[in-house]
Amino acid sequence: MIRNIGAIAERELRSYFVSPIAWVITAVFIALWGFLFSGIISGSRQADLRPLLSNFSVTFIFMGPFLTMRLIAEEARTGTLELMLTQPVREVELVIGKFLGALLLLLFMLAVTLVFPAILMQFGNPDRGPILSGYVGVMLQGAAFLAIGLMISALTQNQIVAAAVTFVILLTLWLSDLLTQQIPGPVGQIAQYISITQRFQDLPKGVISSRDVVFFLSVILACLFVSTQIIAARRWR
Amino acid sequence: MINVEHLTKHYGRVAAVNDISFEVNKGEILGFLGPNGAGKTTTMRILTGYMPPTSGAAAVAGHDIFKESLEARRHIGYLPETVPLYPDMTPRGYLSFIGKIRGLDSKTRKHRISDVAEKVRITDMLDRLIGKLSKGYRQRVGLAQALLGEPDVLILDEPTVGLDPRQIVETRQVIKDLGGEHTVILSTHILPEVSMTCERVVIINRGRVVAMDTPMNLQRRMRGADSLELEVRGPAEAIEAALRAVPQVLAVACRSVGPEVNDFAVDCEAGSDVRETIASAVVRQGWGLRELRPAAVSLEEVFVQLVTAEPGAA
Repeated sequence: MIRNIGAIAERELRSYFVSPIAWVITAVFIALWGFLFSGIISGSRQADLRPLLSNFSVTFIFMGPFLTMRLIAEEARTGTLELMLTQPVREVELVIGKFLGALLLLLFMLAVTLVFPAILMQFGNPDRGPILSGYVGVMLQGAAFLAIGLMISALTQNQIVAAAVTFVILLTLWLSDLLTQQIPGPVGQIAQYISITQRFQDLPKGVISSRDVVFFLSVILACLFVSTQIIAARRWR
Repeated sequence: MINVEHLTKHYGRVAAVNDISFEVNKGEILGFLGPNGAGKTTTMRILTGYMPPTSGAAAVAGHDIFKESLEARRHIGYLPETVPLYPDMTPRGYLSFIGKIRGLDSKTRKHRISDVAEKVRITDMLDRLIGKLSKGYRQRVGLAQALLGEPDVLILDEPTVGLDPRQIVETRQVIKDLGGEHTVILSTHILPEVSMTCERVVIINRGRVVAMDTPMNLQRRMRGADSLELEVRGPAEAIEAALRAVPQVLAVACRSVGPEVNDFAVDCEAGSDVRETIASAVVRQGWGLRELRPAAVSLEEVFVQLVTAEPGAA
């Protein structure tokens, strides 16, 4: 079980790094964050990472789909999915392995962004708690985005379709925060519940609320479960 | 080693595989022969656990392919029709990945990779990118993948497609050498391939088994009567009459080649070997006997006969 997941995750991570995808997206990601960082810091003159971390959702809504579009769709298109599904590997191992591969890439990207808090610490004395909890939040949110992307990628053989649909879903989750202000009643409440921006506000403040952690974890687990079911169902076609 | 019972697979309302049953013994090489779209790939996909059948059952190495799928898959090496490769990996990396999934430890993995690489002759290509390899090499990397875990059963879907003639001969030899130790099912629509590599043939058409026998028996069975082909120098009509005079001869057809030399096709009663009688009959008349040989029905003819004899079941 662990062995298979490990082998699949390792293969996935390698394949990210031999293609330009990982490098290009990491570069764009860092450039965007650097741009935001310098803008925010020179504006506020405060050794505070919070505003930067709050912008993570926005940047990752655009970049997440590029990381996940390939995951299953590409294997289905080239026929390697047939190989994987005829090896002594369970669907769930395949899904978790793929997810971990993408997650490790996300962790790599976030590790590079540690340069920003490092700069703050060099020149100021930022509060470390919120930075830490902020990173936990960014990680959870990013992982949830990846899980959603993985699920969409399992539905199609076309990477572009996978990326586009994932993008629309992430955008909807993000924009639903605006709906909460427009629409009263249950619809607004649902919108507020699924709003990623809402979920995300407390974490960089240094508050790790179990409700938010549970929210992200359940999104991840649900998406991985559904992905497993989608792949298992493909066999029946 | 492989048991297939009443396997049926419907795609929507179309039956791609219709009540197929057969058995493959340990160490046997079974050829799976049929025109395109006959149901070969579907049958193989069911056997490898890629898709479940609509009804029927199949077992590999004693494990039901559906109920104990994971265990059955451990015993199978599979080369699908579209060779499943990751173009951004090297064959070594790819095989190593397969080895990990197959549960080989790192020492065994290294050992097995160099073993199978040698067997399918890709040793020189192990560290190039798969995406840069030619079709023939990719096909062989795919075959190496199927062999890597030393599975009891090998299921090869058109393993020689896209290879050049020399590679085809090499690959057939590799497959032939696999028999005995491994049980092999190989599908193809190339007939000589079957007579060269397989001990037994299953011919399927429109999802049904139309014949199952050794290549030799199939040819013999289709012949019905023994046929001879003759080439004789002499007057055509006189020769024909002389041939008809032999009691076991049923029919003589003359296909004249030139003014002097004539070709004859002679049908004789089954089992009666009249070659010597005919030879002496011809020579006694002073005609020149230039050639006398049994006419072999090629597997092609058997195949075409079987496949066209099948009434339109759709």
